[in-house]
Order: sequence, then structure tokens, then C-alpha cells
Amino acid sequence: MFSQPSPELCPKVGDEIRKTTCYMCACRCGIDVHLKDGKVAYIEGNRDHPVNRGVLCAKGSAGIMQHLSPARLRAPLKRVGPRGSGEFEEISWDEALQTATDWLRPLREAAPEKLAFFTGRDQSQSFTGWWAQSFGTPNWAAHGGFCSVNMAAAGIYTMGGSFWEFGQPDWDRTKLFLLFGVAEDHDSNPIKMGLGKLKARGARVIGVNPIRSGYNAIADDWVGITPGTDGLFILALVHELLRAGKIDLRYLIRYTNAPYLVNAHDGPEKGLFLRGTDGKPLVRDRRTGQAVAWDSPDISPDLGNGVEIGGVTHLPVFRHLADRYLADDYAPENVAERCGLPAPRIRAIAAEIARVAFDEEITIDQPWTDFRGVTHEQMVGRPVAMHAMRGVSAHSNGFQTCRALHLLQILIGSIETPGGFRFKPPYPKPPEAHPRPHAGFTPGQPLDGPHLGYPLGPEHLLIDDAGRPKRIDKAFSWDAPMSAHGLMHMVISNAHAGDPYEIDTLFLYMANMAWNSSMNTSQVMEMLTDQNDDGSYRIPRIIYSDAYSSEMVAFADLILPDTTYLERHDCISLLDRPICEAEALADSIRWPVVAPDRDVRPFQSVLLDLGARLGLPGMVHEDGTAKFRDYADYITHHERRPGIGPLAGFRGAEGAGKGRGAPNPDQIDRYIENGGFWIDHIPSEAQFFKPWNAAYQDWAVARGLYDSPQPYLFNLYSEPMRKFQLAAEGHGHRQPPDHLRARLTQTMDPLPLWYPTFTDAETDPADYPLHALTQRPMAHYHSWGSQNAWLRQIHGHTPLYVAADIWAAHDFSEGDWAVLTSPHGRITLPVVRMDALNPRTVWTWNAIAKRRGAWALDPTAPEATRSSLLNHLIHELLPPKGDGLRWANSDPITGQAAWYDLRVRIEKAPAGQSVSYPAHPPQKAAVPRPPKNLAQHVKG
Amino acid sequence: MTCLPKTTERKLGLVIDLDTCVGCHACVISCKGWNTEHYGAPLSDMDAYGGAPEGTFLNRVHTFEVARPEAPPMVVHFPKSCLHCDDAPCVTVCPTGASYKRTEDGIVLVNETDCIGCGLCAWACPYGAREMDGAEKVMKKCTLCVDRIYNDTLSPEDREPACVRTCPSGARHFGDLSDPDSDVSRLVAARGGFDLMPEQGTAPVNKYLPPRGRDTLATPDLASLCEPAPAAAGGFLGWLDRTLEKL
Repeated sequence: MFSQPSPELCPKVGDEIRKTTCYMCACRCGIDVHLKDGKVAYIEGNRDHPVNRGVLCAKGSAGIMQHLSPARLRAPLKRVGPRGSGEFEEISWDEALQTATDWLRPLREAAPEKLAFFTGRDQSQSFTGWWAQSFGTPNWAAHGGFCSVNMAAAGIYTMGGSFWEFGQPDWDRTKLFLLFGVAEDHDSNPIKMGLGKLKARGARVIGVNPIRSGYNAIADDWVGITPGTDGLFILALVHELLRAGKIDLRYLIRYTNAPYLVNAHDGPEKGLFLRGTDGKPLVRDRRTGQAVAWDSPDISPDLGNGVEIGGVTHLPVFRHLADRYLADDYAPENVAERCGLPAPRIRAIAAEIARVAFDEEITIDQPWTDFRGVTHEQMVGRPVAMHAMRGVSAHSNGFQTCRALHLLQILIGSIETPGGFRFKPPYPKPPEAHPRPHAGFTPGQPLDGPHLGYPLGPEHLLIDDAGRPKRIDKAFSWDAPMSAHGLMHMVISNAHAGDPYEIDTLFLYMANMAWNSSMNTSQVMEMLTDQNDDGSYRIPRIIYSDAYSSEMVAFADLILPDTTYLERHDCISLLDRPICEAEALADSIRWPVVAPDRDVRPFQSVLLDLGARLGLPGMVHEDGTAKFRDYADYITHHERRPGIGPLAGFRGAEGAGKGRGAPNPDQIDRYIENGGFWIDHIPSEAQFFKPWNAAYQDWAVARGLYDSPQPYLFNLYSEPMRKFQLAAEGHGHRQPPDHLRARLTQTMDPLPLWYPTFTDAETDPADYPLHALTQRPMAHYHSWGSQNAWLRQIHGHTPLYVAADIWAAHDFSEGDWAVLTSPHGRITLPVVRMDALNPRTVWTWNAIAKRRGAWALDPTAPEATRSSLLNHLIHELLPPKGDGLRWANSDPITGQAAWYDLRVRIEKAPAGQSVSYPAHPPQKAAVPRPPKNLAQHVKG
Repeated sequence: MTCLPKTTERKLGLVIDLDTCVGCHACVISCKGWNTEHYGAPLSDMDAYGGAPEGTFLNRVHTFEVARPEAPPMVVHFPKSCLHCDDAPCVTVCPTGASYKRTEDGIVLVNETDCIGCGLCAWACPYGAREMDGAEKVMKKCTLCVDRIYNDTLSPEDREPACVRTCPSGARHFGDLSDPDSDVSRLVAARGGFDLMPEQGTAPVNKYLPPRGRDTLATPDLASLCEPAPAAAGGFLGWLDRTLEKL
């Protein structure tokens, strides 16, 4: 007789749960780390955490394997072989820090700009930027320039906020959600949770993406658009909505600059707002026909008719807007072919947006008072929400496409209204409330202000009297006037070319610039190793900090090994990239839930140590001794403004301060007791209409987000852009170089427009008929996942996905390989058929390919042998035009790397192909060989 | 030959929503994490950092493309683990009694101390839901987190399978499918939940919810929604003026 066994039903998960913040991607979910016998045994989501509410993605759940990765660096390293070889010897921290100090001190004393300090996917930018400012170099930024600065900057300039860390769809109320482009990599759990909510109540999801993978697979309707044409599609939707009158005029009058009067007279004032003597923009009052200040009480602003003053006509912004988008250029029939979409489909989507926005209007019975002092009995919302991230952003027309998307959202009145898109504090924050960029450097002195900011006109560019860029990446120059995040992807190329000047030390943190984070990877590796005639390196010194044996490690002269995310302090700060929700202020910490078992140190603490050795202002006491013991000490005691520090919660001696308050020595302990985060809910009457809601503005001042209320109107028309455009037309004393005039005139249009990507405009479709893209796998984050024994089994190589027509035309069969050629390079990959694609697009996974010898992988790993990066096909410069100039492959407004502009042709690889190309020679691993087999288990 | 119970007191299982699953693999890895640390031998990874890594997983996500004659292809993410069948061929084929179905809740388990690693059960399973561990050479399979769902060291809301707790899009549901009033049974009824490969006669307990229709948007042309259309008298500016007058 069979007797049923009795398995152990109640095993103890661990001895202790420590709650901290995940760092398997940039999402910043809360995690419960279960420890057994002092070791990490199991990681799951923190149910109380505002970001993830207990859920956790594949990456987060695999954190234990990242924490135990064989690719973890073990001690500081000094290069002993040629650059790139990977030959190092381990040195002490004393020697490492002394070396770095000896290299950096003379630079600070003589030429601080010769230090270029760029941090990658850094979550301590307010700290690393502060350090660089104190050092005095103008050359600092993080990775935003090669990520999604178009999205961020277009959002700030248009409406004072953007997606992800700036805002979110109103997931609980939205009835129609439009998702543009690849979005799987940022804000990943919140978007999945949001999609789940929409699906549970049957709301419609429309996915606009050339590739039907990931979120687009569950989209109710899929729009397989041609890459780089999203802006055209969006403006066709705008055309349709205007044509049908399905726009929210009341919203436009109250909350946007639609009624502002624009000067129509040729000359230096053309296109600028008509302003009163006090500088306030004027609008036409329909009752009197007079131009009056926009915020005058009891007026009826006109949107169609202008005024004539002294023979000069001034028409409202909205009139310009209607004239432009009602034109036939934007009719669905006229964009259909270019976008790869049937015109009826475009019309159907426009109609659905209109139907949901206006026929399914939602109201919340919550009175609120606007900044004009008018009280509204209800909150009325248009339940259409949209999201986009890198897909529409990483094009040379990306900034204007992102502007077009926000225009669409604003025209239907869905920003900051129930069911639409909601800002997360400290946003909304208009461009005027952000700083301007600074690059004023003086030997031995701090920089004259923060590096990054939002220029409002040519007067804020960082150029010298001769018009030359002051920064090594040429940010805030005429090449990229509104490059709010800098251009990290241009640093190595420019430093190698000595353009605009030569540097001495390249100091990088957590950025795999010798591999997947650079365009033109093979040549970047050559730039890093290139030597002068005397045998010295073109880029004289390279310091790098990373936790893992990445490809970049081999190219550094000095390695400062970082800890894993479970071994360190961090703050996810309101000064930086916060974790707030639309209905709450929130920030969080990481803390060492286990101690490192290697001779490694958290980078931020190392930077403070280095700062103290260099005597940097703010990092030493008057007697020259170090001011901060480590990063945790800085987090607790640093004040950016009196009472405002890195963490907003538990401030003041009693720990009761919210946002404002003196430093609290027990602050980090209070965060740990609270589950690793702090949250403060926004009052009900302040939850929506935040830019104009008096209760929100007052609450934001109380919390230290601003020092005075900052209500503002949305910029459908961007006057700062018009100022750059005026300069390009020859007005003003700061003039762009002649070769950029035509481009600036075209692209700096103050109203959103679409133009073909630079690559599309210059590519002969006969030579390069296809677009090539990467999608970001949900189970990996950039290069990090491949060292993870669990995650690499999900995505271990990069097949090229090819649709039916191309498959047939090239007679592909299963097991074949393809050669993909761009004007710049060639790669070889195994092919896989996938028909749910835009028919002129091929794609593969981003950042899975690895160089032999890196990441502690065996040289036979499929990441190296059956994988390649599209980066090899993408140059950081456009093909030479014969004018001797270096034209960046970037957005002309923000400098964002135009990854997704890539055009290619495909051929079948000759029979017998079995290894991917290019096959770079192995670099010597900076870590010992990994174990062969794993059976991960922590004994209790 | 091992016998199945004639009936079980409950039928605990999963309901997986194919309309909502984005294919993120969160369930795959949280399962790996929990079951590496709990229930029998850890789930090994052979050649973990090498040329042909091969680990044991109790749950995997497959992706299928569905061609449609008059519409664009669909893509369906399909998570698959043991379906805890009522008529489980993996149990009846087991020569040692190591594979068994629990009478109280219907969960199919492998008692690893009795497993000889012969692999017959994996051959018998029509779903390919069992995996032989490369290091321990014992058969591994989904336990429905039997060591979570009754685990009184966990808070009550955590007594559910790791894959369900972690699923970011809420595509996975856990409950008693023998109770017609349970949330999972109601969901199956409301959404047309179906058995995987019913022709195999295994009577699986787990159910799948089908993807909803895709690419069905066919709203009338926008202009027909408008009264009066802006294109009427006075054109757009006339419409604008009339509309502003009414505000």
C-alpha cells in the first residue's frame, strides 16, 4: 500500500529579512533580501514598496547570481601590459588612491578641463556632478545623452516633465493607452503592473512599434510603424483631431500658451511672443479685441484671431498650429506610405482617441483651486494616456517627435487630468525653474555652477568668444544646443581627435564604453589604445570604476573596483532621479545588507576619499581633514541648500521633517526601519492639475521642491527654440557657424515637426533598403545580464529576426546566417524568421553580445560566438560630406545618439558560417576562471 | 507503476492569462530562486558560464507567432510548468512510487529519495513539464510551491507560489479549481479558460485564459463623429470662433 510522503511544508526562508533597493536595472524596486547564516539566500519584491508593490522581474529575482557573479572584481588593479590586453596586477587601495591623486592634483591646479569625468548608469548623479563641480572640470555628465535625453528634454521644454521618473499614466483610470517604441527597459515593473491593470479591466492598449514583441505582443492593436516616422504618424493624428474639432479648447486656453500672440514681422522679433512692458506675454481678449496680459482676470483669450500693432501682425500660437497641422502634408493618405501604415488605420486610431477622450470623459468630485484663484468643483479628465521612451527618442528627429507626442497629449487635454498622464514630484518643473548649464572653469577653483541645465536661448550656450565648445563632448554648443544630459557617446571620439581640445585623464564609472555603450565599437577600442609617435597614448590616462570584469576594464590604466548593490549605501534622491509616484513624494536607500568579501569599496565613498585627498571644497574641513567618513555620512549630513539634503524623509533632530529639516544623524537607520524607503502622500485636492493647482504648489514649497510657487503654462510653442532659430537666420550677436545654419533653421522649429532622420535623408534605399533595430530584453539590463548564470540561459545569443518577404527573397532556411552591412560596417548573425515585424525592419537583442574574455565567460560562450552588436554598424559620425567637418550621428537639438536611424542591407552568409563576425581577439580576464557547474544553495 | 488517487479533496492549480503575459520571465527566475533554495536538491546549472549552459527550470516561457490570414501575426507568450493533471501519466508510469499526486490538494510531486532518475515520467508527460537535474540526476518539477502555500513561517498573503507572487502584470492566478466559487474558477468561467491539449486525456488542473481578439479597432471615420464638422460653414476658424463663444 502506497503511503503518501510528507514533504517539509514550513521551511524557514532565512534568519532575517533585510529590505533594500534593487539595482539589477534602473527601476529601483524594493526588495526583501532573505539572509541565512549571514548569506544571501533568496530575494523577492517588497510588498510595501511604492515602485513594485511586491512584484519583481526576472532580473531582480536573479540578483543573488549577480551578487555572486564570478565576474566581480576583487581588488584595485594597475595596468602592466599594453592597453586593451587586460594584463593587470592587483595593488593596494593606498597605492590606487595615491596614484589617482597624483594624476588629478596637477590637472586641478593647472587645467581642470583636462579631466573628463563621465558616469554611466549612475544613480548618484547629484553627487558625482557635485564632485566634478568642486573639482572644477566642465567635463562631467552621465549616460543620458546616449539614452533618452530627447524624451526628457522635450518633456521639460514642452510641459515641465516627461515619462518614467518624471511622470506616469493614470493606470487606475486610463481607458485607452498608447505605447510608442521599445519601452521594456525603463520603469519596467511599474509598466507591467500598469498593463496588468488595464488588461484586468479591459481597457484598450495600442502598441506603436516596428516589432511585435514584449508589451506589443499583448497590445490589443499593433501599429507596425516604419522606424523614424513616429513623429509623422503622431502629427497625422493631430491633423485628424483638428479636422474633427476633437480638441480641448478650454484646456488649451487655461493651461497652455495656445493664445499667446506671436510676432509675424520679419526681423529680429519675428516668432517671439508679444509682451507687455512688464515682460508678460499678451493674448487677444475676444471681448475687447485688445492685447492683454495672459493672466488678466475675466478675459476670453482668442485662439484664432490676432492683433495688429504699429503695422505688425501678431497671431495666436494656436492659429500657427492649426495652419500647420491642418495642411495636407499631414493628411493620413499623405503619410501612409512613409509610415508603412494604411491611412484608414491612422484614421481609426485618431477616432478612438477622440471617442475615449471626449465621450468617456471622467470626473472626480474633488474641488480644487487654480493659481488664478478660481475654484473648480470637480476634476475633469480625458482618460487617454501615452508612454514612450527610447524607441521614439533615439533618432535624429527624436526631440521633435517627442515634442509632437506631447502636443497630441496636450491638445486632447490629457496631461495632469484624471485618466491621462500624471507628473511625479518634484515634477512638474518648467525649463525656467531648472538651472542653466555652466562651464566656467578656473585652475584650482570649483566650476562656476552646475554642469547641466536647460538653455533658454543662444546666450546660455557653453561656447567661447570664437564659438568653440567649452566642453569635450560639445554639449550646449551649436552642434547640440539643448543637450541637457551631455553627450557621453562623443567623449572618447572627441578626446581622441583633440576636438575641441585634448584631455589628460578620462575617468569613467559604470559605463561599458569599450563595448555596448559606444557606437562604432571596434574603432572606439582603437581610439582607446591609439598611441602618439613617442609611444604615449592619445588619451593619456584612463581611470575606471566598475564592479565587474566588463569589456571596458581592459582599457583602463587604473581600476577602482566597486561593490555589488547588496554591499553598499546609495540614496535614490529627490535631487537626482527619484522614485516618486504621481500621488506621493518618495525616496529610498540602499545599505550594505552583507559585507563585501573582496578588497573592493563603494565608488561613491572612494570618490569622497579622493576628494578629501585633493582638498576639494565641500569635502574637507578647514584644517584639511576629510569632512565625510564615507558615502553614508555624506547622505546623512550633506546639505544642498539649508535644510535640503540627499534624503527627504525623517529630517530634523526628531526625524519628523518632510523634505525640509536639519540633518538627522539617525536618518539612514530610520529608512532601514521603514523598509528602505520614505513616502509622503500628496493631499487629495493637490493630486491633479499640478502645474496650476494652488494646493499642489503650496505643498511642493512646504516639502522643499521649490522655494516659491511656480505655476506655468505648457509650451505648445517653444520660444527658446525660436531664439536659436532666429540666430540661425542671422539675428543676434551669438551666431552659429555657417555650416549649421540651414540645419538649425529647419530643426529648431518652435512648433513640433517631422523631418526624415539624417540617415534616411542621405541613404539610397537601393543600397540600404532595411532598417535595423535592437529591442531591450526584459530579462537583461544592458551588458549586466550575461554574467548571470540564470539570466544568460534566457537570452544567450543574438539571432537576427527577419520577416517573411526578406526571408523568401534571400532563400533563408533555419540554421542560416546573415551578413548585415551598413555604410559603416558589417556583422554576421544567425537568422530566425519572425513575421510580426514591419516588413522593412530586421532586429536583434540589445547588449547580449560579449567580447571573448570579458564577464568571466568562457571564450566559447554563445554571447561571443553567436552574437554581435549592432553598435559595430553605427558610427558616432555621419558619413563624411566632403566638407572636412565631423557631423555627429545625433539629434541636432539635444545631441542624443541616433541609434535607431540605422539602415542596412542583408545577404545570406556563405555556407559553413558558424561564428559571428566581428570576432575580436580575447582580452585577458581580470578575474579567475568561473566554476564549471552551479548548484546554488545556502545551507542554514 | 504508481496509482493515482481516485479523487482529491481540492484541486490546487494555476490559471495563466495569455492575454496579459508579456513574456518577461519573472516567474521563471523567481521559481528558480525559490526552488534552488527549497524542496529537495537545488536546481543546478551545468556549464553555467560556458558554451552550452543547461540549467534545471521548473517553469519556462515559450513564445509563439500566430499567423492570421486577414490580420497581422499575433505573438503569444506561453509560460509552461507542470499542470498537476488529474489523470497524470507521469505518476502512473513511475516504477518506484517516487512520483505521486497528493490526495488533499492534487499537487503532483516527486519524492526525490525514491527517484532513481530513470526519466520515464518525463517521457510520459505530454507537456514536457519535467526536467532531469544535471547534477543530482533526480527528476525535478513544479511543486506548486507546496513549501510556501502551507508555510506558517510566511505571512498569510505570501502563502502562494513564488511565480504568482512575483508576476508583475498579474497574469498568474492560484487557487482551488475544484471549487466553482473560487476566484480562479470564476475567472476561468468568465474568460473561457481552456485545458492544454485536452485530447491527451490528462485532465490538467491548470488552466489557460486565451488572448483576447487583436487588431479589432474599426471605429468609424472621425469626421462622422463630429456635429457640426469644422469643415462646415466658416471653415476651421469659424468653428473655432463658435466653439470659443460657447465656453
